[in-house]
Amino acid sequence: MAALSVRGLHKRFGTTDVLKGIDLSVESGEFAVLLGPSGCGKSTLLNVIAGLEQPNAGEVEIGGRVVNAVPPKDRDIAMVFQSYALYPSMTVRANITFGMECRGVPKRQQDEAVKRVAALLQIDRLLERKPSQLSGGQRQRVAMGRALVRDPLLFLFDEPLSNLDAQLRVDMRTEIKQLHGRIRSTIIYVTHDQIEAMTMASRIAVMNHGEVQQFAAPDTVYNKPANLFVARFLGTPPMNTVRARLEVENDALTAVIGGIARLPLLEQPAAVRAYVGRDVFLGIRPECIHDRPGGTRLTAEVEVSEPTGAETLLLLRVGGERLRARVAPDARLALGQPATFSVDTRTACLFDPQTERLIA
Amino acid sequence: MNRLGGDTLRPLPRPGRWLLYAVLAAFAVFFLLPLVVVILNSFRTAQEIARTSVIGWPLGLAWQNYAEAWGGYCIAQRCEGIQPYMVNSFLLVIPATILSTALGAIAGYSISLWRFRGDTIVFAIVVMGVFLPEQMKLIPWALVLRELGLTNTIGALVLIHTVQGMSFTTLFCRNYYIGIPQDLLKAAKVDGAGYFRTFWRIILPLSPPILIVTVIWQFTGIWNEFLYGVTFTTGGQQPVTAALIAIATTPATDLVEYGIQSAAVLLAALPTLLVYFFGGRYFLRGLTAGAVK
Repeated sequence: MAALSVRGLHKRFGTTDVLKGIDLSVESGEFAVLLGPSGCGKSTLLNVIAGLEQPNAGEVEIGGRVVNAVPPKDRDIAMVFQSYALYPSMTVRANITFGMECRGVPKRQQDEAVKRVAALLQIDRLLERKPSQLSGGQRQRVAMGRALVRDPLLFLFDEPLSNLDAQLRVDMRTEIKQLHGRIRSTIIYVTHDQIEAMTMASRIAVMNHGEVQQFAAPDTVYNKPANLFVARFLGTPPMNTVRARLEVENDALTAVIGGIARLPLLEQPAAVRAYVGRDVFLGIRPECIHDRPGGTRLTAEVEVSEPTGAETLLLLRVGGERLRARVAPDARLALGQPATFSVDTRTACLFDPQTERLIA
Repeated sequence: MNRLGGDTLRPLPRPGRWLLYAVLAAFAVFFLLPLVVVILNSFRTAQEIARTSVIGWPLGLAWQNYAEAWGGYCIAQRCEGIQPYMVNSFLLVIPATILSTALGAIAGYSISLWRFRGDTIVFAIVVMGVFLPEQMKLIPWALVLRELGLTNTIGALVLIHTVQGMSFTTLFCRNYYIGIPQDLLKAAKVDGAGYFRTFWRIILPLSPPILIVTVIWQFTGIWNEFLYGVTFTTGGQQPVTAALIAIATTPATDLVEYGIQSAAVLLAALPTLLVYFFGGRYFLRGLTAGAVK
């Protein structure tokens, strides 16, 4: 059953189209991440799902029920905000029970619910404190507790980790993932952090300019990006997308970069044949250009070398094109000198230069 | 000097500094002089002032001036001092302050946190009241009071100050509440809290800094108000500010009772002075406080 269905959703603020026809269907138990650069409409989409904003057109369906006319409190949702939005004058306990208080849940039931959630999130000892007496990580937990206590059909997370410092963010990321594994509820999670998206999501909806660019499993989004935007948005550094000319050489499809480097492509589907003799965008992940044995050989000039400790990132120059490569951490290459690398073209992607879409 | 704004002011050289202090002290004396004269005269008898001058050091401490001003001096044929008029002022100030603050808080909450179509226009109209001169509103109020049958009552002044005070209290509260993150309101909506529950449980507990400011502001302003008091009430209904004028214009004998009049002025100023002494700190702190730390 679809926990959430969004159909033809449009949202305008003044003359700005923030959402331009969103269609999205999230299955029950899924961890769906809305990922995109700031201003792409992901938070607006979440607010529309929550009922905090009204769409100009389209439908929102939660648990099989169209909720366009239903106020937020009756949508069977819970929300965690980027700023946590804890009520400053209330204790942690009151923050968690406020929703139940509004719904008239009996006191005994409230106490039991608080107990359950506090144990789950290990905040039992913070219950009588005020939010101002908590650390960032603790506030984050309380905000989650306030959502969890409701046991809703749909959890909405609006960049919940972006106010935490780097270390805590990594810890909480793992914790949220574990939590989802345990409670198995449906989560819609907004973030601009692709690592969060890649590590937690069962499916990622990559958004840009108010449109969903691709909605697929993290592996698919990473390895088979639907278009150039997705290819260039995901990965640090992102996928190399360089202009190349498709030629047939000894019966093998070959991409020619900058007029000099020739990369034979393996396992390319029939659709690609139509592009022979034309320019396309060739997408290669930086980790597919390396200094280990195997693959096609590529000679390129090293422009920049950035050792990060775990690996060394290189900026290479091939003809007029630039490529990023990931090589061994101890690789020390002379700048401005040509060097030879191995290219793994098995996962290379080709994009139509006009439509910018992946050539299937 | 100090053109770049980054460097701090260097202290003046010594002679310059003394000159500066001397000028400042002269100004302080100049501005404090009327208050000093009133305080000194409140301890001098009418005979003493008549014999010497209105400016002079008291020969003794005529405490009876205060007793007389409080409970015995004759104002408009009533020889009960300013006491009944002080009571009037309290009967007027307390409800008007509470009502205008409460309504301003609700109005500021609506305008800042429950955005509606035309909210900025409503806000602009409400705040315009701050800039309108009181004299302009005398005749409209006179007509309203007659229609309501409130002429010459303390209730009339409560109504006037409640309505007119809302311009200030709405402005204060709105500017404070605008600092409250919208996410808090969103969280409350998802939790299922409505307009009044959100106000009562979430917004009001965050409000003491600004409520203290508006209460002090309203109390002082309404207590010191004179024009409406003297225009719309007469005789026993007058607030103390209006009664003070009656004191000055009732020379029952040929001897002008400067001593008693001075004592009456000081007694009438006491409530606002006390508010300033005990609440001034909170006033300054509240004006710069943010809603959520």
